[in-house]
Amino acid sequence: MKSKFIPLIFILIFIITFVIFYKGLKNPNIYTPSTNLEKEVPPFELKSFENDSIIISEKIFKNNDYYLMNIWASWCIPCKVEHEFLMKLKNNEKIKLIGLNYKDNFKNASSFLNDLGNPYDLIVSDRDGTASIEWGAYGVPESFLIYQSKIIKRFIGPINNEDLLEIQKLIR
Amino acid sequence: MKFIHIFLIVINILNFNLLKADEIKSENEIAKNLRCLICQGQSVHDSDSEFAISLKLVINEKIQQGMSEEEIYSFLKMKYGEWILYDPVFNRNTYFLWLLPILIFLAGGAIIIKKFYYKK
Repeated sequence: MKSKFIPLIFILIFIITFVIFYKGLKNPNIYTPSTNLEKEVPPFELKSFENDSIIISEKIFKNNDYYLMNIWASWCIPCKVEHEFLMKLKNNEKIKLIGLNYKDNFKNASSFLNDLGNPYDLIVSDRDGTASIEWGAYGVPESFLIYQSKIIKRFIGPINNEDLLEIQKLIR
Repeated sequence: MKFIHIFLIVINILNFNLLKADEIKSENEIAKNLRCLICQGQSVHDSDSEFAISLKLVINEKIQQGMSEEEIYSFLKMKYGEWILYDPVFNRNTYFLWLLPILIFLAGGAIIIKKFYYKK
């Protein structure tokens, strides 16, 4: 009885360990949020970038327009990469670009815009990063495509040519 | 009279201290149960990344607004998904995780009982 039982336990332990490692090691251990969520725009009340006037989200996102909410900062290198694509989007009349200046200071951010051009129709500033948490963002850059007060698509990381084409296709 | 005055002031200050300490404690406790999403293997409490700093501010804000611990967890779960919580929820994907210790315990018990039974 004993001689039969012990090898059985060993085999069982081996199988369990194997399955755990086989499944566990395959999973990427990095946070990957879902990008295709139809979520309501989280309401916010933020200071404008240029002056200290307060901007309320309900007044920005009017119903039948497309908006691209872009979280950016002058200290973020990938933001420079995506900037040229945002400038291309600026020429499109169907979409409005809202910039959310993330944990930045006014001087650096405005020289960033002076050097590279300002693609945004409106910029709000998020000094302490709390508004970005409300949006479910966890880094810069990140962009949200908004239509009828709903987030229809989310872009994590810098916007590239593919994303640009996708946006242009969606808002056509 | 003066003595009573000072006594009252001291008592008041001590009470406020307690209130503040309580808040800090619960903020830390919540932050310890949250996974910092951009730094692997660290809780929000341990991390000093931009994300974690902001998240701690948000937790503080929510506590000030009178949200309970559970409400803050569910708020963050809604924003970031279950991954942000260290305590995994009991569902189809985590049956194995939660039930394995119980199974091992039962198996161990079975072995012990069997041994005693056969000895007798």
